[in-house]
Amino acid sequence: MSKSLLLGNEAVARGIYESGATVVSAYPGTPSTEITENVVKYGEIYSEWAPNEKVAFEVAHGACLGGARSFCAMKHVGLNVAADPLYTASYIGVNGGMVCAVADDPGMHSSQNEQDSRHHAIASKVPMLEPCDSQECKDYTKLAYELSERFDTPALLRLSTRISHSRSLVELADRENRELKPYTKDPMKNVMMPAMARGAHVKVEKRTEALRRWAETEAVDLGVNTIEYNDKRIGIIAAGTCYTYAKEALGTRASYLKLGMVNPLPIQLIIDFARNVGQVYVIEELDDIIETHCRKHGIPVIGKLLFPLVGEFSQNTIREALLGEELPRQTFDEPIPPRPPVLCAGCPHRGLFYALKKYKLYVSGDIGCYTLGAQAPLAMIDSCVCMGASISGLHGFNTARGKEQAKKSVAVIGDSTFCHSGVTGLMDIAYNKGISTVIVLDNSITGMTGHQNNPANGYTISGDPTTAIDLEALAHALGIRRVVTVDPFDIEAVRRAVETELEAEEPSLIVSRRPCALLKSVKHKPSMRVNPDKCVGCKACLQVGCPALSHVPGKDGKTMAAIDPTQCVGCAVCAQACRFGAIEPTVKEEN
Amino acid sequence: MADSVKNILIVGVGGQGTLLASKLMGKCFVDQGYDVKVSEVHGMSQRGGSVVTYVRYGDKVYSSLIEKGEADIIISFEQLEAARWLPFLKPGGVLISNTQQIDPMPVIMGKATYPDKVLDKIREKGVQVIALDAKSLALEAGTVKATNIVLLGAAAKFLGFDRELWLDIIRTTVPPKTVAVNEKAFDLGYNS
Repeated sequence: MSKSLLLGNEAVARGIYESGATVVSAYPGTPSTEITENVVKYGEIYSEWAPNEKVAFEVAHGACLGGARSFCAMKHVGLNVAADPLYTASYIGVNGGMVCAVADDPGMHSSQNEQDSRHHAIASKVPMLEPCDSQECKDYTKLAYELSERFDTPALLRLSTRISHSRSLVELADRENRELKPYTKDPMKNVMMPAMARGAHVKVEKRTEALRRWAETEAVDLGVNTIEYNDKRIGIIAAGTCYTYAKEALGTRASYLKLGMVNPLPIQLIIDFARNVGQVYVIEELDDIIETHCRKHGIPVIGKLLFPLVGEFSQNTIREALLGEELPRQTFDEPIPPRPPVLCAGCPHRGLFYALKKYKLYVSGDIGCYTLGAQAPLAMIDSCVCMGASISGLHGFNTARGKEQAKKSVAVIGDSTFCHSGVTGLMDIAYNKGISTVIVLDNSITGMTGHQNNPANGYTISGDPTTAIDLEALAHALGIRRVVTVDPFDIEAVRRAVETELEAEEPSLIVSRRPCALLKSVKHKPSMRVNPDKCVGCKACLQVGCPALSHVPGKDGKTMAAIDPTQCVGCAVCAQACRFGAIEPTVKEEN
Repeated sequence: MADSVKNILIVGVGGQGTLLASKLMGKCFVDQGYDVKVSEVHGMSQRGGSVVTYVRYGDKVYSSLIEKGEADIIISFEQLEAARWLPFLKPGGVLISNTQQIDPMPVIMGKATYPDKVLDKIREKGVQVIALDAKSLALEAGTVKATNIVLLGAAAKFLGFDRELWLDIIRTTVPPKTVAVNEKAFDLGYNS
């Protein structure tokens, strides 16, 4: 069949389709999101956005126990959320095959940490495959189902930003239509209580040994773990992206052991390779997992002595560390101002943060576009840990520092993140008589990952209308009596609400509600303009941190504000920051 | 070393449409029978940050990254980004750059200065610079959103594949309603 240029994530989706899988559940997370977005295009597969990764994993595992081939996807930190079901699903195993893709983010292009998800594969004792291009993304997804069913285990597919978000050629095949496997009640296999789990653990250890033998034999025949001998003075052991970087940098100047399966590792194969080459180098991004494993078996490899534990590698990393070669390059001789990401023009989060800026608050932050509120000039976030931590973290902070602190602090969390794991923190505050104030920034979408629907916005993954969580009613149900909704473009209204709720001696939820400015359904107002007769060049408007605003030379050697009409969407937050009424609509609003 | 591989770096500001340009390029090279890898940036840096896309084609492409000193061509959607990514250009490589200037937040806030005459200074280093006002040409075509297609047109002229081939790819990739505008934008870049 024809070859198509597919993103790694699209190729995984294709692999799910060709494998005959029928149930997919996921929570969006860069760089894994496009897998599920592409699965939606296949009508034969049920797909959904789950509220979080734990739910997604459990849905997929439940579906596989029900006899289907199932799938779930998440970013690396999502697997921490799903770790609880993963570790016990490993004991139970599967009925239909189950594959979980986890996408690491070396270099932290869009993440809060740089953890190496191979640790989870080792700790949960499940097999993990790692593709090096889009073709392998598809092939390994299919292979993962075979392994899952043959060895009675969930299988992990390890991706990374570079694999997930690179396009390369993929040969497509037809879908394999599969019958749902029959379900038979089997508590010894599927009910994990101590009596059953003790036996299951023994089974898991035997399974790991069987998988290791597979990695040393059949995986070699299939070309999954493969040796390529060239110049034998240098031997490279690598998987995934690192293999492609090594091939790029070293070509035939080295021999290679390419690992397509990164857990369990094929020890005998590694020993054989090491015997046949001079010095063995292990090239792996993030942690020294292959290297440590080699050393444990007495194989004298060099790894983190030369290569860093942090960041994303490239062919230059290898050229420079191994060959001492640096390609000639040119430089621009002046300082180049950085260009950090910013909240978009018209972003509803800007108004909320600008309104809060007036008060000296402790702002407990969370994961989403609004984390960008930490950047100057808004500089409004005090902490950001993980999904949902804003609310529970605020409760802890205020419990430690007392009631007066609670009157000078808020949590900010998006609608999707609130549904993910913020709601349990709010439950904690209500239940334990906290008085903290929580602000949900409800922009009707999961924004940072590129606009996915969520349980609070009333649409399913395929855009069908569905029930939407009533955030206000939910807060009431949790025992939060003070619930108020504001429009973040109305700075005064936000401030009134914040002042009132901070003063209250009980917990409050403020819903700051306005849809993301990038949603197609949002109608924008005409752009704003600066009245040169009124602008005094004070630059107060720049404090809102809008990319559409700048200062240009004005009258009498002063500067004046300027607004880029191609970016401005007329939110008028800057106009509310101007004490001189110098920022006005280009078109008078009809009342 | 894969010397037969050509490396094209597309750089700009998140939201300028670098992804579509790289996708169209990738399709073109696939149609010509090459092995192709295109590496994109999604997520946080798309929000107005500095973005980069790597396009590589040749007989066999291993890495999806282009590193410092490796790019045959840099297509820059914005002047400052041309300066930022200049170290990635190979000696003898070509810079195709939009003359548009987009101030980053530190410049807007007065904390940093936008260097002047960026493209002239790069030219003075002996780099071949093809400069065009892609934003104005896009507006001439009908929408500022077509800036990416204007720049694709300019690059296409330089890459040397048949003009009709590019236009065919544009017609089959962009939304039907925008075909006419994008064709015009492509030609304005191609003939600039």
